[in-house]
Amino acid sequence: MDEREGYIDMNRLDQTFSSLKAKGEKALITYIMAGDPSLHETEQLVLELERAGADIIELGVPFSDPIADGPVIQQAAERGLQSGTSLRRILEAVTRLRASTQIPIVLMAYYNNIHAFGEADFCGKAAEAGVDGLIVPDMPPDEAEPLRKPAAAAGLHLIFLLAPTSTASRRAYVAKESGGFVYYVSITGITGAKLNDIAGVRENVAKIRKHTKTPVAVGFGVATPEDAARVAEAADGVIVGSAIVRRVGEHGQDGRLVQEVGSFVRSLKAAMQPA
Amino acid sequence: MAIPDRHGRFGPYGGRYVPETLMPALLELEEAYQRTRKDKGFQAELKHYLKEYVGRPTPLYFAQRLTKRLGGAKIYLKREDLCHTGAHKINNAIGQALLARRMKKPRLIAETGAGQHGVATATVAAMFGLECEIYMGTEDMQRQALNVFRMRLLGSKVTGVDAGSRTLKDAISEAMRDWTTNVRTTHYVLGSVLGAHPYPMMIRDFQAVIGREARKQILAAEGRLPDCLIACVGGGSNAMGLFHAFVPDKKVRMVGVEAAGLGVESGKHAARFAGGRPGVLQGTMTYLLQDENGQVNLTHSVSAGLDYAAVGPEHSYYKETDRAEYTWATDDEALAAFDLLAREEGIMPALESAHAIAEVIKCAPRMKKNQILVVNLSGRGDKDVQQVARIKGVTL
Repeated sequence: MDEREGYIDMNRLDQTFSSLKAKGEKALITYIMAGDPSLHETEQLVLELERAGADIIELGVPFSDPIADGPVIQQAAERGLQSGTSLRRILEAVTRLRASTQIPIVLMAYYNNIHAFGEADFCGKAAEAGVDGLIVPDMPPDEAEPLRKPAAAAGLHLIFLLAPTSTASRRAYVAKESGGFVYYVSITGITGAKLNDIAGVRENVAKIRKHTKTPVAVGFGVATPEDAARVAEAADGVIVGSAIVRRVGEHGQDGRLVQEVGSFVRSLKAAMQPA
Repeated sequence: MAIPDRHGRFGPYGGRYVPETLMPALLELEEAYQRTRKDKGFQAELKHYLKEYVGRPTPLYFAQRLTKRLGGAKIYLKREDLCHTGAHKINNAIGQALLARRMKKPRLIAETGAGQHGVATATVAAMFGLECEIYMGTEDMQRQALNVFRMRLLGSKVTGVDAGSRTLKDAISEAMRDWTTNVRTTHYVLGSVLGAHPYPMMIRDFQAVIGREARKQILAAEGRLPDCLIACVGGGSNAMGLFHAFVPDKKVRMVGVEAAGLGVESGKHAARFAGGRPGVLQGTMTYLLQDENGQVNLTHSVSAGLDYAAVGPEHSYYKETDRAEYTWATDDEALAAFDLLAREEGIMPALESAHAIAEVIKCAPRMKKNQILVVNLSGRGDKDVQQVARIKGVTL
């Protein structure tokens, strides 16, 4: 127990959330698909996202059948698979990135990719590469037993999701199980849908906070600097995925990729600064 | 021990691997199902529709000429092809539509491969006055154009899915995304013993009527249980429906037939037990065709209904515990079986069911004349006539 807590204390995610809190700021969590259009560009993008103000990086692991994702991220996953991206190669990219950045990195991977790798082997290698947390969108805490021990032993946070449909008992359960942050899905739907109920988001985040001191970040449907500003008022972190991935898709081949993504993320960060 | 357990596990298989947004819906569905399965009013209503609307019980037909031709075991066909809409799929669609009505969900969605489950769902939606949308891979829409038109005639919206392999797997993913988005008003009528708990259990229960009837019918006809049951296995609902009542009868062999497409060695097939290993797809842990990184493989079969990379988790459990055996038939073997049954018995099987007949052709001659085979003729072949013509190079 002591050993586990010792590890978790050093986790970059916890450090980032606590230092932002001290400054009265909210975390900007940016999602890109690893290997879209190639892992080399993913590495450049991660460094640019950090320069542009991202506080935490979420790296999608391309899967052939991403049931939680809308068309934008599905297509990014297809591009990622086409460029030959695998979990193993993503860990190699994270290892290379750790030579130049200490930004927290979270992998978002569907369970079958992790299962095929081997749960214990994967957690060990991911932590060694410099990964800080895992989001497995098709693995609710009810099914997480095979990952719990290896993740804890490696010092990886398992980040779970809550949704507008979650009942009070699910909220209590999932909020307690989630490490690093609680991922609140702001819409009843898949990634990339439109956010329109900010009052509902505020209300649900408040309900989640009754069950845990773990920070709550909000994602799915945050597409514009205005969305980011509104969500930042309600939560500890703002997750932007499809809106960035769409830009990667548009500029993946035209040489302006890094610049375009960087300037969009700068606009998100600027909108989130406390008045 | 009854399976699945309360976590939806059949041994290590099954479970509930879905996005959190769907967890409350699955828990609600499980609770509603557990309540209604014990409800006498629900059971009476289900029985009424199965008898008066579907046309149950379906006959258990002794295929005399086929038996004579193959020269071995006596062959009985469980005639699910005679159900309203032409396949066993409606047994489950009626059950789930009745459940959706009780849960006050006015909209049904479903995926379909061969189109039989889509037609069944569209049919019950029309009969109960529910809104209905069917997801179908665009590749399958081409192979099964007739069924697409049937669903539209029944008043359903048919939405093509142009992702991945553009077949059943992709239609399921899209239906799950719809359900995730519209879960408050929509019930997802999954068509096979697949997906997250409680679907594999619930669909098995709705299809188990096939085996309950067949068991009674064979006892009446022969005074004893059959030696072997044979059924094709895509997701595996017709097989599970036939097998379930016989599971405690340890002396009855159960054989599931997967689609071997162009041959297991070719890599172009859907034989999960021959070429797969356990993994998680679309909500459940089960045998899955996948590469070394856990990416799901593309599958191939002449039969859209068997063209799927995973298999129902209860089948994985029966495979692992040796309660059932799983074998395969190729496209060519299924097409030969289609021809043989048409010519010997005047029955055109669905290409899915033709895979089961292909196994009968292999094993009946090796059995004794006093042995008994019961085969699930899960669907009729009318929907496949155009495709068979195309394969034979015949212009209609």
